[in-house]
Amino acid sequence: MGYAQRVPPFVISSSGASGGTRGGGVSVSAAWSNAPYPVLVVGGDGDVVDANEAARTLFPPAEGLPPWLADAHRRPRASGTPEQGVVSGTVAGRSFEAYSSPGEGGEVVWWLVEDTGHRLAEEALRTERERTELLEEISGVLLSSLNVDRCAEVTARTAADHLADAAVVVAPAQGRRHPLTYARAGGAVTQTLARVDPSSVPGLAEALQGFPPVPTRWIDPEELADWLIPPGFDGPIDSVIIAPLPGHGIPAGALILLRSSTHRAFTDGEEAFAHLFAARAGAALSAAHLYAEQASITATLLQELLPPRLERVHGVEYAGVYRPSQDHEDVGGDFYDVHPGADASQDTFVVLGDVAGKGLQAAALTGKIRSVLQALLPLSGDHQQVLTLLNDALLTSHHTRYASLVLASVRRSEGSEGAEGQVRLRLTSAGHLPPLIIRADGRVEPVDTLGQIVGALPKVTAHSVDVVLAPGETCLLYTDGITDAHGGPLGEELYGEHRLRHALRECARMPAKAVVEHVQMLAAQWLGGGRHDDMATLAITNPATGRSTRRTAHGHDTGTTA
Amino acid sequence: MSHPTVPAELPDQLWEAVADGDEHTAVDIVHRALADGADEETLLLEVIAPVQRRIGTEWAADRISVAQEHAATAINERVVGFLAHARPEGERRAPDRGRVTVSCIDGEWHAFPARLVTEVLRLRGWRVDYLGAQTPTAHLIAHLHCTNPDAVLLSGSIPTHLPTAHSAITACQAIGVPVLAGGRAFGPDGRRARALGADEWAADARGAAAVLEAGLAQPCPTAIRQATDDLPHLDDQEYTMVAQSRPQLVKQTLVDLEDRFPAVRGYGDAQRERTVEDIAHIVDFLATALYLDEPDVFTAFLTWTADILEARHVPARSLTAGLDILAVQLRDFPRTVRLLHAGTAALRDHPVPGIRA
Repeated sequence: MGYAQRVPPFVISSSGASGGTRGGGVSVSAAWSNAPYPVLVVGGDGDVVDANEAARTLFPPAEGLPPWLADAHRRPRASGTPEQGVVSGTVAGRSFEAYSSPGEGGEVVWWLVEDTGHRLAEEALRTERERTELLEEISGVLLSSLNVDRCAEVTARTAADHLADAAVVVAPAQGRRHPLTYARAGGAVTQTLARVDPSSVPGLAEALQGFPPVPTRWIDPEELADWLIPPGFDGPIDSVIIAPLPGHGIPAGALILLRSSTHRAFTDGEEAFAHLFAARAGAALSAAHLYAEQASITATLLQELLPPRLERVHGVEYAGVYRPSQDHEDVGGDFYDVHPGADASQDTFVVLGDVAGKGLQAAALTGKIRSVLQALLPLSGDHQQVLTLLNDALLTSHHTRYASLVLASVRRSEGSEGAEGQVRLRLTSAGHLPPLIIRADGRVEPVDTLGQIVGALPKVTAHSVDVVLAPGETCLLYTDGITDAHGGPLGEELYGEHRLRHALRECARMPAKAVVEHVQMLAAQWLGGGRHDDMATLAITNPATGRSTRRTAHGHDTGTTA
Repeated sequence: MSHPTVPAELPDQLWEAVADGDEHTAVDIVHRALADGADEETLLLEVIAPVQRRIGTEWAADRISVAQEHAATAINERVVGFLAHARPEGERRAPDRGRVTVSCIDGEWHAFPARLVTEVLRLRGWRVDYLGAQTPTAHLIAHLHCTNPDAVLLSGSIPTHLPTAHSAITACQAIGVPVLAGGRAFGPDGRRARALGADEWAADARGAAAVLEAGLAQPCPTAIRQATDDLPHLDDQEYTMVAQSRPQLVKQTLVDLEDRFPAVRGYGDAQRERTVEDIAHIVDFLATALYLDEPDVFTAFLTWTADILEARHVPARSLTAGLDILAVQLRDFPRTVRLLHAGTAALRDHPVPGIRA
């Protein structure tokens, strides 16, 4: 359906001779002279020959045709046929479509049909679509990040590109300084931490405190502080919006939009939209703030529960690897510690243990056990006493969990005159898996120490065993997460102590770190992607001296499938 | 002044020390080279890296065991660690370029290449967060939220980790952090990195530095992809089926092998265990090739395994028998069967020194 159908088919220009009005001539002219549409009769030379009342109220015909209509009039058209297609343009700030029909003697009758309302509606629809798209885009981008800097960067850049000529995000003060994010349309984003005074900008201090926004017309761009102008932004500023970034209960900062005087000022609609935009950005920024805060709190609290970094102490190598049962957590129910002796003549006290249960609750108890053992360090030479006191402490606490552990007192004794140094260990197991000794020749021996778990029974008894490590030998302490690893190529087997011992036969003369990593790797490969318990390994190694033989006689029995 | 050349015999000297488990000598060699004016990047990439490659080839040739490979790597890592702290704080370049995260694919234990890249980038002025081996993807993403780096460098050596790499790549990009993939797993030309949608790929540490210096665009987080968007063939469910039924496939293949080769029934525990491991590896690589729809992943593994078996005096025809049995079990899966046939053909055409001799 085209507008052309609305053009009356009987339009006939008045016969009239030259000059004078033609209104009083033939009656048919009345058909268009009273038409509700502006109608113009235009001569072959482009002059307006006649116009009806509606056309005259729209514009004085003496001024000639508007340029867009004059252009259309000059275009050749087949005589006697109405022009196909529609021309359109503005007259007196209103929008019209023009339709022609042939008049007499080469004259053309132009009918103007107003479509201003239609145009405005289309434009409003387009603006709304763009804004919705923008909101959708920024929500998507902001939702995906939990990083405060990234969210501020996206907010500033999107605002500068789509809403203004430049944008600044002012975040709440950290101490006395505010993180500032500047963006220019199409330009780079810069972020700084600066000591600025928000009260120097009208409406900004209020926005940062979460008060309702100050209308843009109240803000005098002349009064804008220099620090609010993004680096590299030139030209005077004509229009400013200061939009609070509403957070989840706490203000997330303020978004400042700047428009230079080469553009028009912000309209009411743009101002309203800026606040809508700021609401989305504020929600994302405060979520990111909250995440950063939680992450930092968690990191601080976990600091004490994380396994320590181990290194060589008094000529003995220590290495540990810990893999919590929950891959997204850093801690669990296994733990180990190495407390170096005050000097090489003093015992280094080592503990590895496993609290019943896993996850954070188990980790909390490992923290307690580790503190108690730290306090008992002066007594650490007497393992039985340490276990008794730890048992008492656990029984009187509100925890109902128990733990198994291995204690080791380690001291290096230098050999006299050419003899190689030995490492002496006293090992005590309290209900824990027996430590394994890897001899330099590849033999693997379990240590025969026995005792009861702590935190369950009123009394614990334990039997300690003394062991000597020659150079290249290792004592491995581990938790049952390793041997209970469930999986393997067939999917339902336990890794088991026999596979562990078999694997350790190849670990003679290896550095402590290589032993624990090798064991953890084998267990992880056994598991595949399966679920697992906490897995801790700790190696105490008397470092190998001199050169080892390259290929030990272990006869690597590799796979064969037939 | 440091200079970019080192004495030609240095890699051999370092290899000797590392292979002997002699940490002291190993560190000493690098210490002296540094004092003689060698620069750190050259030592890392032209002395230490070749030694690490050699550890791998020596293992493949059965001249060292897996455990010795681990021990040698631990010592080579100590050498890198020494080099990283050899210069006093004041003489090291301050990080002035940007911040990046270096991580291995979840499940990947070969951390050495990632460590080398880390040290090279630090030398070139990047602030690097090194997350190391076996990093759960959830940890990686949490780390990215906290640090907002310019890019993630994702390292992988074993192709069977590529499906996991794929989800890590999409997860990083979904929070707007671009991914630069590297390591042998992604193929010699980086083809697999592109197939998995990584933003960039680099062949080595210097290539990675060049990519970072050129700059990576931030991926648009709203363009969130599912695995099937990158790899539409996954719709046929063959990958899922093979990956999920791995234990059953391994078990059935072992039973069928015993039927075909009565000798297998007489294997001792250890030998039987190795056999089961080998079958499991075949299934893993088959699944990976299905995931990528790339026969090369599978055929390269098979010919490599054939060489390894030959080095250990095990006839490689056992591999072909395994493929036949799997093809019978998986006969209803056309893409899988095509891959198994491609594997058989590759083994047939693969020149094995032991057989020709």
